[in-house]
Amino acid sequence: MLSSLGSGGGKTAKPSFVSYVTPEEIKSEKEPYKKENQPDLLPGEVVFCSACPVLKYSQDDMSQRGVFGTLLCTNFRVSFVSDEVQVEETCKLFKNKLYGENDIPLACVDNIYGGYEDKKKLITGGLLKNKYPSKIIVHCKDLRVFQFSLTYSKEEDAKKLCFTGVLDHNNVVMKTYLRSSSIDNNAVCFVEMQRKERTMLFDCLEDWTQDMKRTKGNCRLVTENSSFELSQKLPQFFIVPLNVTDEDLVKFQGNGLPMWCWSHHSGCALFKTASLPLMLTAVAHNHLYSVKTEDLSDTLPTIQDIQLSYNKFKQFFLIDNTTEFWMSDMKWFSSLENCGWLDMIRQCLLKAVEVVECLEKENTNVLIMEESGSDLCCVISSLVQLMLDPHYRTLLGFQSLVQKEWVAGGHAFLDRSNQLHLKEKVESQSPVFLLFLECVWQLHQQHGPAFQFSETYLTVLSDSVHVPVFATFLFNNDSHRANVLRAESPSSQRGPLNCPSVWDWSVQFDCRAQDLFTNPLYAQKTKQDRSQRKSHRPKHQRQLSLPSSAFKTPTKKGFFKDEADSLKKILGVKRISRWMLSPSSDFPPMSSIKEFYETWQAKPLDYHGMLLPCLDGPSIRVWMQRYLRWIHDVQILGGGPVAVLSKVSELLAEVQELRSELDRHARTVTSNHRGAIRTRAKTAPENLARSSVRLSSSFPFVTSRNWSFKPAIPTSMLQSLMMSEVAGDLASREDDGSEPETVV
Amino acid sequence: MYFLMDGCGPLNHRVGSGPWASRESLKMGPLADVTLLPGEERVIEHDKDIIYMCPFNGALKGKVFITNYRLYFKSADADPAVTLNVPLGVIGRVEKMGGASSRGENSYGLDITCKDMRNLRFALKQEGHSRRDIFDILFRYAFPVSHGLPVFAYLSQEKYEENGWNVFKPMEEFRRQGLPNEKWRITFVNETYELCDTYPTILAVPFRSSDEDLRKVSAFRSRGRIPVLSWIHRENQAVICRCSQPLVGMSGKRNKDDERYLDLIREANGTAKLTIYDARPSVNAVANKATGGGYEGDDAYQNAELVFLDIHNIHVMRESLKKLKDIVYPNVEESHWLSSLESTHWLEHIKLVISGAIQVADKISGGNSVVVHCSDGWDRTAQLTSLAMLMLDGHYRTLRGFQVLLEKEWISFGHKFASRIGHGDKNHADQDRSPIFVQFIDCVWQMTKQFPTAFEFNERLLVTILDHLFSCRFGTFLYNCESARDTNEVRSKTVSLWSLVNSEASSYQNPFYTPECSRVLYPVASMRHLELWVTYYIRWNPRIRQQQQSPVEQRYMELLALRDEYLKKLEELQLTDSSPNSSHLSNSSTPNAASPTQHITHLHTPF
Repeated sequence: MLSSLGSGGGKTAKPSFVSYVTPEEIKSEKEPYKKENQPDLLPGEVVFCSACPVLKYSQDDMSQRGVFGTLLCTNFRVSFVSDEVQVEETCKLFKNKLYGENDIPLACVDNIYGGYEDKKKLITGGLLKNKYPSKIIVHCKDLRVFQFSLTYSKEEDAKKLCFTGVLDHNNVVMKTYLRSSSIDNNAVCFVEMQRKERTMLFDCLEDWTQDMKRTKGNCRLVTENSSFELSQKLPQFFIVPLNVTDEDLVKFQGNGLPMWCWSHHSGCALFKTASLPLMLTAVAHNHLYSVKTEDLSDTLPTIQDIQLSYNKFKQFFLIDNTTEFWMSDMKWFSSLENCGWLDMIRQCLLKAVEVVECLEKENTNVLIMEESGSDLCCVISSLVQLMLDPHYRTLLGFQSLVQKEWVAGGHAFLDRSNQLHLKEKVESQSPVFLLFLECVWQLHQQHGPAFQFSETYLTVLSDSVHVPVFATFLFNNDSHRANVLRAESPSSQRGPLNCPSVWDWSVQFDCRAQDLFTNPLYAQKTKQDRSQRKSHRPKHQRQLSLPSSAFKTPTKKGFFKDEADSLKKILGVKRISRWMLSPSSDFPPMSSIKEFYETWQAKPLDYHGMLLPCLDGPSIRVWMQRYLRWIHDVQILGGGPVAVLSKVSELLAEVQELRSELDRHARTVTSNHRGAIRTRAKTAPENLARSSVRLSSSFPFVTSRNWSFKPAIPTSMLQSLMMSEVAGDLASREDDGSEPETVV
Repeated sequence: MYFLMDGCGPLNHRVGSGPWASRESLKMGPLADVTLLPGEERVIEHDKDIIYMCPFNGALKGKVFITNYRLYFKSADADPAVTLNVPLGVIGRVEKMGGASSRGENSYGLDITCKDMRNLRFALKQEGHSRRDIFDILFRYAFPVSHGLPVFAYLSQEKYEENGWNVFKPMEEFRRQGLPNEKWRITFVNETYELCDTYPTILAVPFRSSDEDLRKVSAFRSRGRIPVLSWIHRENQAVICRCSQPLVGMSGKRNKDDERYLDLIREANGTAKLTIYDARPSVNAVANKATGGGYEGDDAYQNAELVFLDIHNIHVMRESLKKLKDIVYPNVEESHWLSSLESTHWLEHIKLVISGAIQVADKISGGNSVVVHCSDGWDRTAQLTSLAMLMLDGHYRTLRGFQVLLEKEWISFGHKFASRIGHGDKNHADQDRSPIFVQFIDCVWQMTKQFPTAFEFNERLLVTILDHLFSCRFGTFLYNCESARDTNEVRSKTVSLWSLVNSEASSYQNPFYTPECSRVLYPVASMRHLELWVTYYIRWNPRIRQQQQSPVEQRYMELLALRDEYLKKLEELQLTDSSPNSSHLSNSSTPNAASPTQHITHLHTPF
């Protein structure tokens, strides 16, 4: 079972689900004697062990104060249940239904440290055998930090907790998601409900057809892999250049097949491929334009680089104590630079801009490739589409994009996140998807009004990767998903196992919380806009230049042998990276990109047109909401961007209310004035609890309970200045060279 | 976010073009399109071609002319035309580059260093000493003070609806704070600048101290700058007092009057221990003893605790900003932006100043009175007291309140603007120059960034203030102290910057402003939240997108307009509804539609 998931879609595992109690049974079992010191368990969730009393240190300060309670470990999470009666927080608007603020889904656990007197050690099996720590520190993948003291609880319990629960959590996760996923059978009907306006999952033919139609692509939709006959690695459905033949499909089995991503209105398209570009010529022939190929591994970091860099980066935000935090504050900028994370973001964005330039300015097809074809290819292809196609900047569009490029595109989510904490998978672990979200966030903060979704949405999405119940993030590719789900579905009573999609946000948040996913700045395109643009846009070049039949002639069979290299020459295939790398070549590298950016920037900004990021040093920033939200000392009470955004939201709501009132008026003019009366009654009482000034910069993730507070006063600041060269003779000089004043 | 106001005042606000250049049509004569200020006169029109070596667009051929207020350049062939419009006050240094025999294209000309983070280079033809005239004129008019000429503020004939000199009336401001009261009195002992020539005439001091006491204390404080009240907390009566360092000297002198005086400040609201914030690093405070200064020792001031805030002196700040300029102009350092930024220490200094002010504000909120000083009490002290007051008192966060704050804590208390900026002075290497006020405005900007709804004014006001800090178009920032301003009749002979600002107040208003007077604002003084003020320091770079309005602001204004439109429509509808022909039920139709706040519902769909 475990291996079936871990191995990325190998052989079908033996069904193991039957060996557990069914959710229904658990429910009936637990309900009668539901202990107080238990969290609300999900159906299928089982408590393995617990320790009590455990002291949870308060995060807010470094005093040794905290709350007593019970620490439990279930097959889904580590949970702390406070002994104190929880004051019902009315403003707890943004509550996750699956886990609370004191819960850590096991897959979200990043590292566990043992606190031995003054030392902090990463807990591994060996360490615990001798001595169990008096304190454990849990670092979470969503950057929360928990500190629990075990000194007050029974040694036995604590040991058990550490061994069976926390340490062996890898063993456990597995069982969890399969079960908890089954809870949501009824929630999943959202797909049916919103057939018209929905996230395209790209798990069926129609989605692909529709997307190709929408972009007016002219390629071949491959259905031959619907049961993975061609390859386990390929998605069920995909699109290739027109002249790829059946034989080619069989022959290449996914390696080197150019997979269509998106078509530009000029007719050229973006393709991605795994491994060597054996089918290069097919793309080239496809539209009679030249092809530029780009081996992403030439210029972009490897997945190991990404992992290493992120590991350094995240340490800046996993704060165990404030002293440490303020110490690190002094060298913040250089540490940030040294970890290289922002630079990786910049590199990805830059690469995407290069591709955009090829498509938009030169109207050439672009083929991006890398060994796997499903890591940086996904990052770059989705960024390119985000920059060029406003559709993907809507909420549903964005979700569809992730489905298309990442889920159907076969990004190995399971291996990359290593949710199972498997040792053998450590090397393949890498936050590639997060890197993509980071890039999106950069675009978002530079061009806010272009996006329908909010920053909060992106943050929540980045968290959801570590909640192991969503089919979206649990598998390595289509066939893996199909195999596991089929295997786990007990043929008997309950039908196929149904993991919810992460896009079914109601699994995690109620409607009101989901309102925070939309960006109040988003300006939807007006109809007028649309028609104007249409008339301006030049006709499809393809339509202008050639009748479509002209290039439908299939290429000769066996065309793609080993002649790829010589063909490259013949077809004038250029490599983007080559001219990016050598500044002395005919194509000035960076200056071309700069010029492209400057030309674009000189024009008035159209949020529904092409978007380019500014890549200058000061423009690439740290995603404050995601990384700083749990750190008490840097919360700006009553401030931060949310202060302004919530004002916009309030006004927006007001305007919408007025408009609907106007509409009602228009409707009821003829039929009495009843409508107006109804309006009164309908006016919603609650005000989103957003009254702007009371929010902190960590909204909505942390609600500030205490309005009165002590400001954070940085400690140990002088040292750095004194030690630096600044404090040379200048520092010791008098401000005004004043002569000593003598006092009589 | 805003461009250089280029000193064209209400008559000529440029909109929507690049920051360093505006695009204008060439319909008129070559230079006819610039509107001169009243009182502005053309000094020279250079009819020969001159080349502006634009660091972003390359060499641009064009014409230049100079008035007694500005240098104006317009390119001849670039389309759209590139113009430069630089108030002469901004110019810090003019140098000749190349000689008559220098080779290479455009190697002969002028190199102009500006105080606002840019340099300008012009190239001229080598024949016939073509640059001599222009250099001489520029040198003379950019540095009028060094040539015995008046600065432009004295030549300006501008008229405004409002007289900005009326913005700050010391008595009114004291009254607003609830002064005088039984613990604090107003004294006119300095009416003729006898007690202290760099202080204002009206001072607030402890009720129980006599004017004679004040004189005695002034002998023990550097330059006679005795502790006086800057601000009082309405509820807990804790006060911020400011002064200069005590003249302790090497021998560790004591002064009973000074000690007693500080104790009076403490007593006024029953504070157990008076906190003295010495803005300097302790090493510097100790070193100051050698020159007769020093700090309040424990034994002498037993009811006081002394805290050093570790803020460096004016020389360190000057070098820091210089380094910052090196990494942002003309091009933004690319490969190691963050570590370069860190090595300038500019933000680190900002952090120290802000966190010092937080400590002051926090003490006051806790009900404890504080005394703030540095060496002379006119640089770091002004930064700390005014920032703390900005945190504590919502009034100073309004458009007019902020003007009062600057007039009071900076201008009237003798921040040496003339020495720090060097208005009209050719000595560019003067060691008295330092961007202390720029740094303060940067701190304010950091606060507005962290609390985008708490300030009535917008970023544009801050940029405008900094532009006119240098421009010499207004009298506001001229001279070092009130006594000098009196002697030179600044108030009667020049126009105040606030005349300009308040005559078009709406363009300096922050639409998101939500008044909340009673709340104390504590910004977060962590490098995580401090940002480089790109839209000021890097505004000359065309790659930095300059938006007249931030997208958020724009969206908000659109929505406001839309709301008004809907409200109007609704009103009209109700009017027609209630016409006699309509139904008798009309009473129940939405009568309150005009108060839309009642209708706020939460957001369902993106709009």
